[in-house]
Amino acid sequence: MRENMNDSIRRDPRRAWIARNRLHPEHLSVLAALGEIGGGGAASEWLGPNGVIRRNPHAIGFIGPKGVKRIDRSGTQQGGQAPGQGRQAAQDSRRAVTIEDPAFLVAVVPDMTGGRLSGHDRDLLGLARRLADADPARPGAVLAVIFGEHKDSTLGEAGIDRLLHLEDAAFTGFSPEARLAVLAAVEREFAPHHWLLPDSPLGGADLGRRLALSLDERPATGVWQIEADGEAPLGWRCTARGAAESLDIQRPLPRVALALAECAEPVDETRHSAEPLSLTIEPPRILSRIEDLGQVAVDPAGVALAEAEFILSGGNGVKDWDGFHHAATVLAATEGASRVAVDDGFMARDRQVGATGTWVTARVYMAVGISGAIQHLQGIQRCDKVVTINRDPGCDMIKRADLAVIGDAAEILAALVEQVEQQRAEQHGGVRRDAA
Amino acid sequence: MQPDSREIEVAVLVSVGRHPVTGRARRADQDARGVEVALTLPGARVRLLHAGPADDGSEEALRGYLGMGLDRLTRVEQPEGADVVPALAQRLAAAPPQLVIAGSRAERGEGSGLLPYALAEYLGWPLVNGLAEVEGIENGVATLLQALPRGQRRRLQVRLPAIITVDGAAPMARQSAFGPARRARLESCAEVAVMDKALGEWTLMPARKRPKRLKIIKAGSARDRFKAAAAKAEGGGGQLLTDVTPEQGAEAILKLLKEEGVLR
Repeated sequence: MRENMNDSIRRDPRRAWIARNRLHPEHLSVLAALGEIGGGGAASEWLGPNGVIRRNPHAIGFIGPKGVKRIDRSGTQQGGQAPGQGRQAAQDSRRAVTIEDPAFLVAVVPDMTGGRLSGHDRDLLGLARRLADADPARPGAVLAVIFGEHKDSTLGEAGIDRLLHLEDAAFTGFSPEARLAVLAAVEREFAPHHWLLPDSPLGGADLGRRLALSLDERPATGVWQIEADGEAPLGWRCTARGAAESLDIQRPLPRVALALAECAEPVDETRHSAEPLSLTIEPPRILSRIEDLGQVAVDPAGVALAEAEFILSGGNGVKDWDGFHHAATVLAATEGASRVAVDDGFMARDRQVGATGTWVTARVYMAVGISGAIQHLQGIQRCDKVVTINRDPGCDMIKRADLAVIGDAAEILAALVEQVEQQRAEQHGGVRRDAA
Repeated sequence: MQPDSREIEVAVLVSVGRHPVTGRARRADQDARGVEVALTLPGARVRLLHAGPADDGSEEALRGYLGMGLDRLTRVEQPEGADVVPALAQRLAAAPPQLVIAGSRAERGEGSGLLPYALAEYLGWPLVNGLAEVEGIENGVATLLQALPRGQRRRLQVRLPAIITVDGAAPMARQSAFGPARRARLESCAEVAVMDKALGEWTLMPARKRPKRLKIIKAGSARDRFKAAAAKAEGGGGQLLTDVTPEQGAEAILKLLKEEGVLR
């Protein structure tokens, strides 16, 4: 069983029937055999060499679902399965792959929105794996160039073999020139076979076009499909969107490609090593002609609900609406509401989240007093983190939430507001002290 | 007020657009937004520049820009299938404006959005993409607001001359008036044409609908597959805090908000 790497239970109805039938001539041997399969080796009862029945009391019984040993005297006992076995097997099913001596490199520059690989980045890494693994005799390695700090611990599982992680104050904010200098250094040092970037506005789309022009390549933009083609210079053809999504352009894949989301399936069967690399020659410091003065405070109420980053959403459980609005102002969150709150007239119709309202894409969605009707949960499917404050510990929203706090919504919101204000006051105090 | 010293030269690159439903020639949406940005800039002397073949359809579309309140447009005549970057770059280098505004992608042809980058590379000027608003220009430095995803804005300063590109985040273009559009002048001039050979070798076809991604469920047994198919959206492994004081609960929430970096 273990050799087969398959731990689904196989039932043999005939043997089970013999095990129940104490008068069957094969009864004892079948019981012993069943004990062997289930109980980890030892049979509980067998005929000794002198014709005496021997018993092993430790082999009887199985561990029940609550961790207590149970003994089933009916004779149908087939041995307990250790809890959590199946789940472990599912986690370990990824095959570890290490590419020691790659024939070539495929460089990927993911966006890392919010310090994590986005769905678009994962698709792009899947595309990079297709390019790298096309010829099993000459495996390539995927090199990811990541700027700034990241909080993703699953880089290897996304298909990254080599990781060039650069942390510097020069890469914060809008810094295409500093990033381009690093990519030029990567080009000189590693000379990757392919460059892949996400064609996402304000991320790879900008950097990729700059990179292509500095490498003197004509990039393929809006790539959504690639296929092998022996006649093309790099061995691949691509299909790219052009002319405001109205044309499909088929062309040989150039060295620099900017790909759309869903250009390939993300990696999910292998785990790669994500070995850290570093540049031997520091890229030159470039005096940027563009100065980033930082983000501007935007009125969160003016941001469309569908594209808001941080939503504070209220439902039937909110009784103190003034406190709720105050909390949204202090946290600088866009306000949302469940259908009940809208129907009861506490919030405007355009603030409704859910299947019948707006499908939101927030990075953090904070639900206050919302039990989580299925329509509401559909509407928040694409949110990254869900925080909920609720009175009922058994509601559906808590199953969805990454952090659930059980308690009175008004009190918790008031405490949160107080802590945030206190923290801001401390920060301002610190700044003033520094300046003095 | 000293109008002469504050006046800045702005060139807007415009192209012939394509209506997404009918396919007719029209003023391109992003380019029209670029014209709108230029027209709302105080003290700007705006000129329009277009490179492309001269025919009736394109003239109609180009007059759409003129109807926004401009009296002339310069068309650099280029044959169909020419690479317009060298022609435009020479034109701009001959009489350099302080600011060039362009839409980020064309609605016809390859539509790769490379042209502003190629011009920036050729002229050696800085480029800022995704512009939402020009806040002001003082002493040869422009203060811009760049549109970030999720409705956020970022303030940038760039030394002129520079190229900026606008996309859907810029303000909507004003309506085009028919009479002024007919009366305005459409000037033509010639420039050496460089043919785009690579584009001729590619296969162009109407966009095919992209296949919808299927949810792939990898499960060993039928029971797992059924569970995956029937599953509700669940985060899984969420933290549940019961019997805590409001302060402790608020602290946990605050920690998560700070980790995610949504608190400013």
